[in-house]
Amino acid sequence: MTATENPESASPETNPGVPFTLNGVEFHANDGELLIDAAKRHGVHIPHFCYHPRMTPVGMCRMCLVEVDTGRGAGLQPSCMLPVTPNMKVNTESEPTTKAQDGVLELLLINHPLDCPVCDKGGECPLQDNAYAFGPGESRFVEEKRHYEKPIPISDLVYLDRERCILCDRCTRFASEVAGDPLIHFIGRGAQTEVNTFPEHEFSSYFSGNTVQICPVGALTAKPYRFAARPWDLSETESTSMVDSTGARVALHSSQDRLVRIQGVDSDATNWGWLSDKERFIYEATDSPERLTEPLVRDGSGDAVPTRWNNAVKQVVEALARPSDPRRIGVIGGARLTLESQYAWAKLLKGLGAVDNIDAQLGDGLPAELVLGLPKATIDSACQPGGVVVLLGPDLKEELPTLYLRLRHAIQFDGVSLVEISPRVTSFGDTVAARLNPLPGATGQIAKALADGMVGTSIGRSSAEELSAAHKLLISDRPVTVILGRGNLAESTDIIASAVASLRRANPNAKFLTALRRGNVHGALEMGLTPGYLPGAQPLSAAVDGWDMAPRSRGLDTAGILKSAVNGTLDTLVLLGADPLTDFPDSKLAAAAFERVGTVISVDTFMTASTGRADVVLPAAMFGEVDGTFLNLEGRISPVQAKVTSPGQTRADWMIAAEVAAAAGGDLGFTTLAELRSDIAANVPGFSDVHWDRTGHGADGPVITGIRSWEPTLTETAPIPPADDYGLRLVVDRKLWDNGTMTLAAASLKGQVGDAVMSVSPADLARLRIPSGNEASVAVGGGDARTVVVMSDPRVPVGAAHVPFHLNGVDASDFLVTGQPVIDIRIQAL
Amino acid sequence: MATNTYVPHAAGYVDNEGVKIVSSRFQYEDSYTLERSLSTGGYEGMKKTLRMQPAEVAAVVKDAVLLGRGGAGFPAGVKWGFMPPVWPRYLVVNGDESEPGTYKDRLLMERDPHQLIEGCIIACFALGLNTCFLYVRGEMPVAQERIAEALNDAYAAGLVGKNIDGTDVSIDIVLHWGAGAYIVGEETALIESLEGNRGMPRLKPPFFPAAKGLYMKPTIVNNVETLANLPWIITNGAANFKEYGSEKSPGTRLLAISGHVKRPGVYEVEQGRVSFRELFYGHNFCGGIKDDNDLKMFIPGGGSAPWFFEEQLDLLLEAGDVGPAGSMLGSGAIVVMDHTTDAVKACLRVVRFFARESCGKCTPCREGTSWEEKILQRILDGHGRPEDIDLLLEVGANISPSPYPVAAAPESGLEAVPFPPKQTTICPLGPSSVAPITSAIRRFRPEFEAKIAAVSPVGAGA
Repeated sequence: MTATENPESASPETNPGVPFTLNGVEFHANDGELLIDAAKRHGVHIPHFCYHPRMTPVGMCRMCLVEVDTGRGAGLQPSCMLPVTPNMKVNTESEPTTKAQDGVLELLLINHPLDCPVCDKGGECPLQDNAYAFGPGESRFVEEKRHYEKPIPISDLVYLDRERCILCDRCTRFASEVAGDPLIHFIGRGAQTEVNTFPEHEFSSYFSGNTVQICPVGALTAKPYRFAARPWDLSETESTSMVDSTGARVALHSSQDRLVRIQGVDSDATNWGWLSDKERFIYEATDSPERLTEPLVRDGSGDAVPTRWNNAVKQVVEALARPSDPRRIGVIGGARLTLESQYAWAKLLKGLGAVDNIDAQLGDGLPAELVLGLPKATIDSACQPGGVVVLLGPDLKEELPTLYLRLRHAIQFDGVSLVEISPRVTSFGDTVAARLNPLPGATGQIAKALADGMVGTSIGRSSAEELSAAHKLLISDRPVTVILGRGNLAESTDIIASAVASLRRANPNAKFLTALRRGNVHGALEMGLTPGYLPGAQPLSAAVDGWDMAPRSRGLDTAGILKSAVNGTLDTLVLLGADPLTDFPDSKLAAAAFERVGTVISVDTFMTASTGRADVVLPAAMFGEVDGTFLNLEGRISPVQAKVTSPGQTRADWMIAAEVAAAAGGDLGFTTLAELRSDIAANVPGFSDVHWDRTGHGADGPVITGIRSWEPTLTETAPIPPADDYGLRLVVDRKLWDNGTMTLAAASLKGQVGDAVMSVSPADLARLRIPSGNEASVAVGGGDARTVVVMSDPRVPVGAAHVPFHLNGVDASDFLVTGQPVIDIRIQAL
Repeated sequence: MATNTYVPHAAGYVDNEGVKIVSSRFQYEDSYTLERSLSTGGYEGMKKTLRMQPAEVAAVVKDAVLLGRGGAGFPAGVKWGFMPPVWPRYLVVNGDESEPGTYKDRLLMERDPHQLIEGCIIACFALGLNTCFLYVRGEMPVAQERIAEALNDAYAAGLVGKNIDGTDVSIDIVLHWGAGAYIVGEETALIESLEGNRGMPRLKPPFFPAAKGLYMKPTIVNNVETLANLPWIITNGAANFKEYGSEKSPGTRLLAISGHVKRPGVYEVEQGRVSFRELFYGHNFCGGIKDDNDLKMFIPGGGSAPWFFEEQLDLLLEAGDVGPAGSMLGSGAIVVMDHTTDAVKACLRVVRFFARESCGKCTPCREGTSWEEKILQRILDGHGRPEDIDLLLEVGANISPSPYPVAAAPESGLEAVPFPPKQTTICPLGPSSVAPITSAIRRFRPEFEAKIAAVSPVGAGA
């Protein structure tokens, strides 16, 4: 289509800019705008292959050549690399232009195998589309085509068919420029040029699936989707990824009522179209045969047996009514749920049941006061050109990969300076402006020194130069954003909170992003699934209509609930999509709690270790099967939409809450999603004007700022635990691929989970006289020693030892003890 | 030493009568040593330069109208003036000579590396920069060794490096060896290669090296022979330089003549004063066509240049005259073909080179050149079809929109199409492959037709 559809949008009064003539009509482009983009804004589509608006143009496919006259005569120019200049005359329909388009397509097709009938891309293929619209119709090529082995796996998830490849450089550019994993490149030259991996190095990138999505032909295909459906059989719905708290916008594709694909949607505010492979391929779990599909109760012999919903609900009501005091009930989980379901469960438990022992975080998050109360940044404001970002948290590539891509772009292209205050060197590598990797326990001390300007001498392993650079950036008049997370499960949140206090004192204008990894955890906290708060971060004392039985005193967090169970003061434990036995850092505490607790109720989608111990199991519908809303780390709401029918007797979580309320003789006040949303709008500050059904049509949802009437109370007085000269400070963090329930349930992803090893700095390993890769004896305090593999890793600071959590191999939870500010371990050669 | 003879130690060089500006030391067997250089006026130009102001040096070069010797023939002094006042800035020496038929820079690097080094220092000084990258083609091991040795000697003698010749001027020359790719002779691809990337050209604009070159800094890329002229120009002055050659193209050029002539080789020739006829037949030059055969065609400026024929023999070696006549002087490589040459085979030979050397970046070049090669090969294999001749021209037009530059054909009343060609690609490599096709078909179409008619290919009628 090359018609000019929208001429009025360029009126000079409203859009002063660069005047130019496009197919005889005068338009205005923005300053520096590329011709291909300016033409698109004015309704003129210029065909292209290599150009991608989120990557640096390279101008190599030559499909976007158009005739341009800048005063020196008309000539063919690539519109993807040509900024509009004043009075440029462009003709996208002239004979030279159409001849060039025709020629490029004929040449692209001479070696293309034209195996469209068996190609995944057939039907949604830019090469097909452009060939129909701009191509010559038939080929004059009678020679033998180029042949390669097809297809070859370039990773566990991606296959490459070099015969189909048109060498547009999109995948290779993405790998090096966007993902920072330059593992695929061109080899050979001329017509023998091909994309391939380097010998012995597969394309192992957390972002490999994006190359499949941006491939303009069927050269790159995703193993989970290969031959699963034809594009014309697909039905699409826009939704929001619930894999992590970034809230990447996605499109769910189903065929025959099965989810078969997730594509990234280009949202300016969040993911720019990119997804991690976890966000992209997690849909496989939805269709897993391991799903819970019917309610279960424990029979006389102790076996979990199927039952009917009304029987299961009855038992839940009894278990919730039995305790003499709501403080003898504990609830763990809720980050898996939609905002609406979170509200329904919060209202059931807090509003009707006076229970406040509720925590959506499993001891690996941040104090709710920080998450709810700190002034929020947005991803865009953090990434704005010239900004400063302080990363007081984990390696974002491992925990929030799409946020990592946005920040990486901001550093590489927009002059954003990153101050890294992480327990070890993150994936930002040498792109950081200042690197401080404090030993666990010293995080607060470092932040205090930055606030006080005491940066003349080194502190621990942080040099005066790095401290000074960080100090200058922190107090500069550039916009400062602190990305706050839990970089170390073995360092207490008190220490992080004290560091936050120092950073706020240093720069009161600093804004915050809380980089929590659990999907809708921000929604859970906002809806009150955390001790001490009613929805909208209101205090327990607030009067909320319909929440008549709200608790009056602050309850326990997950660690407290588990301890209460161990102490015999907890009768009923409710799990809302939580598996504390494997997911709570101190697995010994969780195991002891399950030994002592009375009744366990689990609302879940899979039979996890914890659900296997439950007395009543209620099967829930999950992502892709339910309508609802997501609240991301910015506080931005966006829609979660159902695409397929939920299996068996599963139900949406909010319906289960309503069912339990009704069976208990209560009334949540809603029986439809619309009524539920009205209840939220009426009772939760900030949600009164949300247009729930209008958030789902491409536009980025609004940020619910939730203006707080209170400030988090922070002190800089966290204890600084003395270091033990003989021990190493433990750092436990998360990897993208871990033994999470969903990852293991997705057939293509479970193989991605690697073995954990303990990593120590080369200097420490040399001091301990342990060769890298050897087994060593590791013990915490006076506890039993474990034999683990110890590797040398220069990213670990001297004096620390690092283990990723919840992988195969070394079990980090062996070393984690609840309630310690830091954990020191001893490593000895065997 | 007798004139008009080969010089045994400088393979391919023919010592003829006439002025020697860049090849003056080729007569000496040890011409590449520092001792010989110093004893024959080497580094005098540099020493003179270091006691001038940079702007004065640049003015001399501009006044001398030193045209670039790499192919495009752009005045070096004017090019230097394009640099914005931004530092750091770099000089990059293009020693990746690989145009088919060209081997004059190799001689300059092998036989007189000190002259080149001296030229580099003069250029660096004039441009106000202190880092020069010398990129030598991967397949020239002798040149690489000689330059490396010469650089070591020059550094040791204080002629390169810190405080050159006792002044406060410090300039470093970094030697880089190519990995063997024709395209890296294109300046932006050379810069990519120098940065450690795959040698693929960048689009101009925006990546004009003078503004955004090596590491996105202002960069001048000069040819080896261009820089080799500088010591003589500075020592003898612009006015003396302009005594030689023509008004538009002063000085000399090293021409590499190959093919069917009696004495092929590299000659230093005054620009604009000698015709192709004199060059091929003159006693001072090639001495006639091999075996006194008839001339069939010749390529006047390297494989990329459209072909010339008998009618163009009286053109002077003057860029301003050759362009309008439909070709170019290019890099100074002239290939002469006599009447025994098969035009179709010759065409394939040149096209194949470009097909093999295409970097693969732009679709028309990557796919088009190999398609051209396949069609030509098929015709020669006896499987040609009558429509293949026009198909060749149309595939060519997809790489370089017609009309393609070509010499006049008086017998058919066709006029010349002036150089340069249009292009659908980033760099001229792809369009270069169209030169032999357009030239050969326009002049020798019956030869193509005869090859196609000679055999009755199986299935041709299908």
